Amino acid sequence: MTDATYDALIVGAGHNGLACAAYLASGGRKVLVLEAGERPGGLAATREFAEGFRVSAAAHLLNMLSPEVAKELALERHGLAYAARNLKTVVLPGNGRQLVIDGDRLEGASANDQAAFTEFQRRMRRYAKVLNRFCARPFPHLTERRGRDNRLLAKLAWDVRTLGKADMRELLRIGAINIHDVAEEQFENPLLKAALSMDAVLGSHMGPRSPNTVYAYLHRHLNDDGQGPALVKGGMGALGDAFAAAAEAAGATIRYGARIASIDLTDCRAAGVTLADGTNLAAALVVSNADLKSTFQLVGPLNLDAGFVRRVHNFRARGVTAKLHLALDGLPEFRGLNPADAGSRLLAATTMDGIEGAFNHAKYGECSPQPVMEVTIATVHDDSLAPPGKHVLSAVAQYAPYALKAGWRAGRETFMHSCLSQLEALAPGIGEQVIAAELLTPPDLEARFGLRGGHWHHGEIALDQALFTRPVPGANHYATPVPGLYLCGASAHPGGGLLGLAGRNAAKAILAGADAA
Amino acid sequence: MKKYDAIVIGAGHNGLCNAAYLAKAGLDVLVLERNPHIGGASVSRELYPGWTYTNCSYVCSLLRPEISRDLELARHGLQVVPYHGGVTFTQDGDHFGNYPDAERLYREMARHSRRDANAYERFEADVTKQTRLIRQFLLTTPPDPTSFKPRDLKGLLEMASAFTGMGEEGLLDTVRFWTMSIGDFLDEYFESDVIKAHLSGSGIIGTALGVYSPGTAYVLLHHYMGEVDGNVGAWGFARGGMGAVAEALASSFRAFGGEIVCDADVHRVIVERGRAAGVALADGTEHRAKLVVSNLDPKRTFLQCFDASDLPAPVVEQARNFKIRGSSGKLNIALDGLPTFKGLAPNSPLMLSDMHCTDSLERMERAYDDWKAGTWSKDPYVDTLIPTTVDPTMAPAGKHMMTVFVQYCPPALAEGPWTPQARDAFGQTVIDQIAEHSPNFKDLILDCEVRTPHELEDEVGLTEGNIFHGELTFDQLLFNRPFPGCAQYRGPLRGFYLCGSGTHPGGGVMAAPGANAAREILADLRRPDVTPPSYLND
Amino acid sequence: MTPHDNRMLLDTPFASRVQAACELREWEPWKGYASPIAYEDVELEYFAARNATGVFDLSPMTKYRIGGPDAEPYLNRLLTRDVRKIRPGRVGYTLWCNDAGMVLDDGTLFHLSQGDYRLCAQERCLDWLLTSALGLDVTIVDETAEVAALAVQGPTSCAALRAMGLEGLESLKPFGLRHYPFDGGELMVSRTGFTGDLGYEAWVAPAHAEALWDAMFAAGRNHLIRPMGNAALELARIEAGFIQAGVDFVPAEQVLRHGRARSPFELGLDWLVDFDKGHFTGRSALLREREQGSRFRFVRLDVEGNKPAPESFILNKRGKTVGHATSAAWCPSAKRNVALASLEMPWGRPEDELYAEIYYSRELRWTRIEARCRIIDGPIWDPPRRRQTPAPNF
Repeated sequence: MTDATYDALIVGAGHNGLACAAYLASGGRKVLVLEAGERPGGLAATREFAEGFRVSAAAHLLNMLSPEVAKELALERHGLAYAARNLKTVVLPGNGRQLVIDGDRLEGASANDQAAFTEFQRRMRRYAKVLNRFCARPFPHLTERRGRDNRLLAKLAWDVRTLGKADMRELLRIGAINIHDVAEEQFENPLLKAALSMDAVLGSHMGPRSPNTVYAYLHRHLNDDGQGPALVKGGMGALGDAFAAAAEAAGATIRYGARIASIDLTDCRAAGVTLADGTNLAAALVVSNADLKSTFQLVGPLNLDAGFVRRVHNFRARGVTAKLHLALDGLPEFRGLNPADAGSRLLAATTMDGIEGAFNHAKYGECSPQPVMEVTIATVHDDSLAPPGKHVLSAVAQYAPYALKAGWRAGRETFMHSCLSQLEALAPGIGEQVIAAELLTPPDLEARFGLRGGHWHHGEIALDQALFTRPVPGANHYATPVPGLYLCGASAHPGGGLLGLAGRNAAKAILAGADAA
Repeated sequence: MKKYDAIVIGAGHNGLCNAAYLAKAGLDVLVLERNPHIGGASVSRELYPGWTYTNCSYVCSLLRPEISRDLELARHGLQVVPYHGGVTFTQDGDHFGNYPDAERLYREMARHSRRDANAYERFEADVTKQTRLIRQFLLTTPPDPTSFKPRDLKGLLEMASAFTGMGEEGLLDTVRFWTMSIGDFLDEYFESDVIKAHLSGSGIIGTALGVYSPGTAYVLLHHYMGEVDGNVGAWGFARGGMGAVAEALASSFRAFGGEIVCDADVHRVIVERGRAAGVALADGTEHRAKLVVSNLDPKRTFLQCFDASDLPAPVVEQARNFKIRGSSGKLNIALDGLPTFKGLAPNSPLMLSDMHCTDSLERMERAYDDWKAGTWSKDPYVDTLIPTTVDPTMAPAGKHMMTVFVQYCPPALAEGPWTPQARDAFGQTVIDQIAEHSPNFKDLILDCEVRTPHELEDEVGLTEGNIFHGELTFDQLLFNRPFPGCAQYRGPLRGFYLCGSGTHPGGGVMAAPGANAAREILADLRRPDVTPPSYLND
Repeated sequence: MTPHDNRMLLDTPFASRVQAACELREWEPWKGYASPIAYEDVELEYFAARNATGVFDLSPMTKYRIGGPDAEPYLNRLLTRDVRKIRPGRVGYTLWCNDAGMVLDDGTLFHLSQGDYRLCAQERCLDWLLTSALGLDVTIVDETAEVAALAVQGPTSCAALRAMGLEGLESLKPFGLRHYPFDGGELMVSRTGFTGDLGYEAWVAPAHAEALWDAMFAAGRNHLIRPMGNAALELARIEAGFIQAGVDFVPAEQVLRHGRARSPFELGLDWLVDFDKGHFTGRSALLREREQGSRFRFVRLDVEGNKPAPESFILNKRGKTVGHATSAAWCPSAKRNVALASLEMPWGRPEDELYAEIYYSRELRWTRIEARCRIIDGPIWDPPRRRQTPAPNF
């Protein structure tokens, strides 16, 4: 069966694929989104991991979503609602005094730290704002410039210059270095330094001392209004639903259970896809929300230049992040935590050295024996996720390398145990409260979400694969070496996080008639 | 009191180079050196009777040929003898030999991986592309990207055009290269652990980063961009040790009428009416000059030689935040004879060059993990040379001198400052590692000088013992070196300049910072430029 | 782990015979092997290849064995030609390019038997071959040291080989290959070569190399067989108008300066590029080049006078440099003074008035001349015997 009635086929109904579909459909294109799973959202998913217990299966906090995307796609009108906003971040001390970050305000830190933090936040927000200008549109070509590229480059250069000499010089200095040094320079409180470090390394194969972590920090705060993250009502899957509703409202069609077997070419041009069930679908454009490696595996090496395949092969996407889900009999009691703050974003990482030490293991293909975690208990704000009186704990846990030397068959139990021990130390008795537990390792994420390497951001957000180099030369402007095939996922600029910008940018590039290099 | 035209603080190679150019331009120049001997980290010292230790820097490649020729360093006694080869011993008793002959190297690589042997051509071409790019900026002053001055805008345009001249893909590869880790970079070419380990050393020598730290690919470039007699990337021994470089520069300087005073410990830069006016020594002596140039690293310069009140507050802040971390140690060993190495013939050409004992990136990185934890590497990366296999002047005939550069060694230990016991334990760690591959090594040791960052700081004045006067990461390169706003050799107050390795293009006995600083000073004085232009880099 | 062979230069499997025959003792390195520049006299050796039979030891040539289920599609994506048209028992001259459509190397592909290939090249390219194999099921083995080879070139070559007992060889068509039992092993003969004349290449396992040499020279004695060195071969290949990697173009992955690589079009090898066969590496870039035009033109020039023009600048009539010669020689058989040259577009049209700037020295006095050049259209040396089947039995 062939079906030539669509202008564009979108591979994957992740939030970027849906955003791209919505913008393309608004631009008058007839769009079909093909999703292997039964629900939209990709990594923006809610999952029932134990009977009656539901959890955001991957990302559990929303802090990056582009306000432009949210507004233009009217996500709230399409069902996006928040269970809680402006969450505080609490660094769990184990013993001693906890640190609370509430917007720009610190509790549990010295006056010096408070002053330094206010200044730090101001600066970072300014940088993030400039970075946002680079991220909210397709990146211009640098050497093979056309008129539009020159104008855009001049504008971006101007944006940077508007920072003024002092801020610009500071950006030049810290832009490529590590969060460890910046935190050491400016702050005293180890918990605060650990908190900033966590922002810089979550989801990444990096430790606080890795150069690039300041950039990663900025990336995470791209759309930060300084207020703290939000919990989506009904779990992150509701965000996926909202994107899907927006895409459908714009006129796009979404087909679920449609696993793609190949992206097909005619005369060396993308012309459609073949589904796992053998169905052929034809369209003038194929736009892939899948990660870089998966996308080009669907195309097949024979349809690609060998040098490009080598670049795709070398793209660093080594997932180190696991997800721990606990169904709890009651609300756990964390040592030193004000019970009123149990619904906050909780960080289980007390020193930068501790995080770095946890990371060391990942370099050698080992799991951290003392993992660091970002924990949420969404049920504090959203009782729809668990039976009455019960709770769900969700933890992003690092480091759990995709290519575990010992193998995940043996490693799963060990890492789960390490995570639980860490939690037990912070919340004695929590082990007793566990009704059910689930650990999603990077290979699980790969299997579940089709994410090669199980990397949350589809690939490391580091300067050698960020901005105009993302993901790889030859595919760094949404167009790819295959005419008619575009990227719209987190592999593309500006990268991962629930931003929606890659999808929006890709649609803009396509509508503007971007072609390969 | 005599008022000099210029005072240079520190008789390191850059201070001497700077002074030589100022003197050549007709200035009356005084160089003040704290130690009883000149040279800074470019010294040769007889610390064991009959043996000359080249006890800080130990090999020569980066010294700019333009300067060497222009200051007639050969006439002033400098002879650089190129060396080739290198070897990495593996734990299974085998080795990887870096033969100078391309075909022998190919066969040796193919023994470990045939693919790698072929990929090495691509690796060399890609690295050479980057060296070609950077080399053209070595003898130039970096433009200030925050400035709107015509000169800076012109400099920025030139820089941009050099980058864009590499083509779209070439430019992207350049950006990738400058921001990648050496480990990830090598993974794009090679599969053999020992070959990767052998090549990765250049990415971490002298730097407080591991092979998997982004930015270390550039550090490799820093070690590849030098030359000996036009052979880009080649390294050589200065005959008589690296002190010969300083001696030749000093001799050249004196020939231009310059004056060097040793045992003159500069305590403070005298600032009058917002202008550097001279220096005060620790013993109270004052020397006056129209301008003062510091060969010291930026941290030492701004945090120790000034009253903070004489400097703009942001500069003090920047100096404080300047990344200058000791990460290296050094052993200088007098040997009773030539050691033998497992698997190498006694006359193997591989022994004429750098020898290493670390055979995988994992071991390289674990060595760094120890440094992060505040201790010396328990399984360190060593760069071992026996200069006396080439240079007959450094030890009695038949005897040998070995220099062992060690990565990593922290400026202070987690449990506190260095102690003599800890220093000896560190030395023993290194000796034990070499002895694993050289059965007779320990028996040949007559004397061993062990230097941790503590000694390097104490004796040479390198803050934290950092050999490059500051990390060579992008945040501290080009217009960021030592820090934004201070990268054109001018200090934050009139009449004060920087000329050390803490300025562009950085450390490694290049002498380029000294010459570049002289050019800026002469421009400020409206005197003709007497520094040499770059050789055409085609 | 294998022990390291520490010698500066290796011996080919024919070394004992080559060394005995090489009176001049002039060697040059060729991919790590000692290769004779000449045996006794370059002229004699060159004319052996043009007038009788010259034998050249080409064992150091880089050789890869390629097989596996995906071998054919793999090669079709690697090479610019349609590999499907090279049937088993046939050989094809071909190119491979990088993504930018710039030539990495040229070489010959031997389709030994269905799905079993040998690729011979000047440059080593295992890294690229394996890169091209990412995601495909192919086996690639470097068999350079496992295959010894002699080029047997010249008008009496067929007769000489037949005299060795290779029956029916005359019916082998150009670019065909055939297997014969030999010395208890197998001898493969292909009708290929680098001289632009009638000629063959003989391939055996190293163990049979000396026997092959001995048998060939014994059988060829009456056919005036003679070993030839690199210098004679170089002369013959220029006369044939063949290009060589590292001489007439720089393999693309060795290029340091942006823009110094050359595309197939810029080497005059358009005929080796098949856009109709489906995707291959460099296709998109080459299509773009075909639409937008090339930067250079590769030409064969007939240079006035008798002074060869190696490394000469090529000037237009105003004296402006428009290119340079990459190879040049006085060609004794064609009686032409040939230069291969790379010119900037649009130069190199038949009507262009071009000059080669030639420097030559006589008794230490250097003279500079500008010699008029004419574009050679068609072959320089192309005797009918090169293509005749059955091959003439001189």
